[in-house]
Amino acid sequence: MQYVLKLYVTSQTPNSIRALENLRQICEELLEDRYELRVIDVLKEPQLAEEDKIIATPTLVKHLPSPIRRIIGDLSDRDKVLLGLELVSKIEEKV
Amino acid sequence: MDTRTTQQTSEGAVSKIASGIPGFDLISQGGLPEGRPTLVSGTSGSAKTILALQYLVHSIEQQDMNGVFVTFEETPKDIRRNVKSFGWDLESLEKNGKLAIVDVSPEPDGNVIEAGNYDFSALLARVENAVKKVNAKRVSIDSVSAIFSQFADSGLVRRELFRLAAGLKKMGVTSLITAERTQEYGDIARYGVEEFVADNVIILRNILSEEKRRRTIEILKYRGAPHQKGEFPFTISGQGIEVLPLSAMELTQKSSTVRISTGNDDLDDMCGGGFFRDSIILASGATGCGKTLTVTTFLDDGSRRGEKTLVFAFEESREQLLRNAIGWNKGFRKWEEEGLLKIVCAYPESLGLEDHLLLMRKEIESFEPSRIAVDSLSALERVSTGKSFREFVIALTSFIKARETAGLFTATTASLMGGTSVTEAHISTITDTIILMRYVELMGKMERGITVLKMRGSWHDKSIRQYEIDDKGMHIGRPFLNVGGILAGTPTHIVTVETERLEGMFEQEKVGV
Repeated sequence: MQYVLKLYVTSQTPNSIRALENLRQICEELLEDRYELRVIDVLKEPQLAEEDKIIATPTLVKHLPSPIRRIIGDLSDRDKVLLGLELVSKIEEKV
Repeated sequence: MDTRTTQQTSEGAVSKIASGIPGFDLISQGGLPEGRPTLVSGTSGSAKTILALQYLVHSIEQQDMNGVFVTFEETPKDIRRNVKSFGWDLESLEKNGKLAIVDVSPEPDGNVIEAGNYDFSALLARVENAVKKVNAKRVSIDSVSAIFSQFADSGLVRRELFRLAAGLKKMGVTSLITAERTQEYGDIARYGVEEFVADNVIILRNILSEEKRRRTIEILKYRGAPHQKGEFPFTISGQGIEVLPLSAMELTQKSSTVRISTGNDDLDDMCGGGFFRDSIILASGATGCGKTLTVTTFLDDGSRRGEKTLVFAFEESREQLLRNAIGWNKGFRKWEEEGLLKIVCAYPESLGLEDHLLLMRKEIESFEPSRIAVDSLSALERVSTGKSFREFVIALTSFIKARETAGLFTATTASLMGGTSVTEAHISTITDTIILMRYVELMGKMERGITVLKMRGSWHDKSIRQYEIDDKGMHIGRPFLNVGGILAGTPTHIVTVETERLEGMFEQEKVGV
């Protein structure tokens, strides 16, 4: 199953840097090469944030597989991120 | 802190910008504080969204100042549709690059997962982007309370909204931020929103008082800027919100010394030659003692002289008024056909007092009469509360006087003989002339008595005169002699011996000023 992800950040703020690190780690561990990630800086491309109705940063939007889901925060709460990406069952398999 | 410095550099004065809300600039003494956010708090249904949008739309239309609308509650689609009835075409304003809407309304699917620390930088970036895109000078945010339900940490939301307010200040835009409150009299807003835009607070109320809805607006604070205190009624018409600055109106009318005829020679004599051109006259009396006749005679005299006259009838229908006029040989139908007379009939109950006032003002503005009559004010009083009625009369009289027009109001007394009407008590100080008409019971017969109680700036007849009404109109006769207690409703004959004694004690009152 192919994952299409967008991560909205605010330049190089600590929250944004952490969110990107946390997400990369999860993706590499669980999705390997089955994902596309686009990182968008709201300060540089506010119009994209407008289209996706983003309020908070960082926001991770899972476009595919449907349904669309939003996860906000620096993604440090790993369990919740996995829940949002519907990767929970996969952890159980690995364990 | 940066606001304080601007205040000092601009010699302590906060400059204000026109709000686009009719009447608001009068009570705020100039409009909204420029370059600052103002909090508008009100319960649900208190017209916050209308105010926030009217401010933007009118700023674009009247001052060519572009705006940004940030919606936290309704979707842009709903908003565009809802305000169409006010004639506000948001879509074309958006197309022409004059208005931008930032959509922060909740997603229908809703569930957002919170996984760690975040802030609202994206929202700020979007608002800033929209402001740049249309070169906006005005921003409205409606309503920030809605966003609290979307996020778990309300402390964080408050902090981030504070950043947003600070960001708006930095951009130099003048903004309105609306917030919900749960009670008409209580905390300023839910979630302590007022903490982050504390400088300027406006409260909208929608109060149920004696079974009537009454909308009011109050400027709670305007830091460093003067404004009128207290609640002012406002109404929502087809053009949006209109504040009625009633008691904030200034008494700037000139006083005319030109006399106009009452249409009745005897009454003219009693008033020292007629009413003043720009005066407000109150005719008070029990039912059937000739108030409507006085109105009819007064207006007919105006039309005869080629003047335009307007009557607001709250007790009788147009047909009834016309029939009465024919009965007294007054050519109402002819004047109406010639466009010299306009009869506006309305049920007092059909509208709130504020809306009656708006309607009357519109009629007066479009017809431009030189004589106006309201028959009767008491009918309107029945559908209002004491304070709002007094404010209504003040607003109406100052509007009429400012146009140098004569206004004849009637009031109905509750008791047939003597007594005063409640209406009189409320408005007697506002009127220039008061005429009392009373029934007098004498020797087993009902007589009628008329007197001019007061007339500002003029000599007037002080006696109570007997009068009769027939098919020609009103005929005023001799003063009641040797009778006392007429106005008290207990007429008694004074024995002749005593009258002679009294006459000996005082000199006869002289005719003249």
